[in-house]
Amino acid sequence: MSDTTTDTTTPRASALQQARLPRWAPLGLAAVAIAAGVGIGAGAGLGNTTQWGLIAALLFVVLSYGVTAAVEGGRQARNQLATVLVWLCFLIAIVPLASLLWETINRGKTVLDVYFLSHSMDGVQTILPGGGAYHAILGTLEQVGIATLIAAPIGLLTAVYLVEYGRGRLAKAVTFFVDVMTGIPSIVAGLFILSFWIIILGFDYSGFAGAMALAILMMPVVVRSTEEMLKLVPDELREASLALGVPKWRTILKVVLPTSIGGITTGVMLAVARIAGESAPIVLLVFGSQAINPNPFEGAQSSLPYYIYEQWQLGNEASFNRAWAAALVLIAFVMILNLVARGIARWKAPKSGR
Amino acid sequence: MKTDIEPTSSSAGSQPLVATRSTGRAGDKIFLGLSRGSGIALLVIMAAIAVFLAYRAAIAISKDEANFLTAFEWNTGSTPMRFGIAVLAFGTVVSSIIAMVVAVPVAVGIALFISHYAPRRLATPVAYVIDLLAAVPSIVYGLWGALFLVPHLTGLYTWMDKYLGWTGVLSYQGGAARSLFTVGILLAIMILPIVTSVSREVFRQVPKMHEEAALALGATRWEVVRMSVLPFGRSGIISASMLGLGRALGETMAVATVLSPSYLINTSLLDPGGGTFAQNIASHFKEANGNGRDALIASGLVLFVITLLVNGAARMIIARRKEYSGTAA
Repeated sequence: MSDTTTDTTTPRASALQQARLPRWAPLGLAAVAIAAGVGIGAGAGLGNTTQWGLIAALLFVVLSYGVTAAVEGGRQARNQLATVLVWLCFLIAIVPLASLLWETINRGKTVLDVYFLSHSMDGVQTILPGGGAYHAILGTLEQVGIATLIAAPIGLLTAVYLVEYGRGRLAKAVTFFVDVMTGIPSIVAGLFILSFWIIILGFDYSGFAGAMALAILMMPVVVRSTEEMLKLVPDELREASLALGVPKWRTILKVVLPTSIGGITTGVMLAVARIAGESAPIVLLVFGSQAINPNPFEGAQSSLPYYIYEQWQLGNEASFNRAWAAALVLIAFVMILNLVARGIARWKAPKSGR
Repeated sequence: MKTDIEPTSSSAGSQPLVATRSTGRAGDKIFLGLSRGSGIALLVIMAAIAVFLAYRAAIAISKDEANFLTAFEWNTGSTPMRFGIAVLAFGTVVSSIIAMVVAVPVAVGIALFISHYAPRRLATPVAYVIDLLAAVPSIVYGLWGALFLVPHLTGLYTWMDKYLGWTGVLSYQGGAARSLFTVGILLAIMILPIVTSVSREVFRQVPKMHEEAALALGATRWEVVRMSVLPFGRSGIISASMLGLGRALGETMAVATVLSPSYLINTSLLDPGGGTFAQNIASHFKEANGNGRDALIASGLVLFVITLLVNGAARMIIARRKEYSGTAA
């Protein structure tokens, strides 16, 4: 983009031009900084290689600022400093995120096998290896499925209302509260279902109770994304249909929704991916179980996020391994949903969209 | 695009949904009713959340023998109950502030990296990966934080204690680093993707003309960023940060796995202790009886109100900015 404007368009030898560092200068400085960092680190006897890296990074920032200031002047030096800092931000952020994925994959794969995916923890001694997460996977699928069945229709219809019909105060209120609802902490949604469904109405802990809390978290996400997609549908399509005498509701069902179905599917899948990882409402409402309970409407269930929390709490090596394996399964599930959803979005995108 | 759209309903007449085409108006009414009903249902849910939480909270607070806002204890098993949210409010605010201080500058840096600094070939995949990382479940961050981050922070904390321990706020007595500061760092990592992607979207909308005008005046790239990108994106950064703050305030499981809680405010942030609203609810729920659950609901109500205020403010800033840029562009 804009990096062509400063380097390549300037003529090489002009009297009006101030002195410039050669293009390999950053690389050279980096090499010097790394060498010095290693030298200082080894010389001072610092055992930790992270510290060597930090010293090198610091030296690089100082060196590149100093050298640029000396050769090209203060403005260029500040520009150089900002560039280096922005790159450092990126590298700093990559480290924990890469470490998270690396740890999960590395430690998760030690126990992850077909046995783990097809057995529950029923009767397994928690300090011994063995057992699996089948009950948790089943619970997650059922709870997320029910939540989607509740939230997707309501969310979709609300979005249709906002885009196709919404005028006036009600639409404004809905828009505002959908925004606010996006920010509800998951634990608060769980507490609401707890007070309403379990304490006041007197029902027992069940997967369904958890699913209702998940549905509350899912609705605003579905509304938001569907709304965006419906807005992308060109008005000409609607007008053409209406001009042919088609009633508005059939126009919406037959013209507007089919045109934006790709984006809507993407939005719903991203929302599913988001709630699949929610653990707080599950702790409050589903209560956890060691055995397989295929009935989401009665009795405690488990779920993958809950299972991770539970195994972490047990606090021994075997349970940690199971927790990592379940984390790997959960991440894989969420990532696959994300990738498929984005794939659909790209494949079905309306031409005016992206 | 789509070619199978049938513009008239006559060719779709095989569907027995509508007997004659003249009943379309009734269909309109039903459809409008359904969609408006869904919108109203959303409002009802929001109202119900507030009402039911407030109702149970009122029951709990009326039984509370201590001052709900200032007490430093959480004894809900005994009668009379004594509990207060002072420690939780302190821990929630402090850990979120640490998270914001760490995350926002880095997130803005990454957003600038993606929108203005990175080579094209790198920017697209980086943006994509950051978006994917926003989808990593919080419990996985918690597991990673407890089993990987905590042991790796003891070195840093010892170093901070050595040079900054005299402040009292950053002293460290050794042991597992399961403290509010660790929670803050973990929350920072967790909100990084969301703050980055919202800021990036705003930076992308900076009018090209502004940047080109600055470049034409001979500005360096940093000067372009400072003079045209950041001023344009300021309200976007603020609202992105507040969305991140909303997440950090309400984060539950990651905090519950990492923090080793107590009901005393520890002046040293590096030593274990303290708690947050959400973490307290998750950690104490299993042992709570009927009254205890109401007390937890009361603390949840406070959290709900706080996040409502933060998110509402963020949305208002975004909305105002929309109007502004709508008239300007």
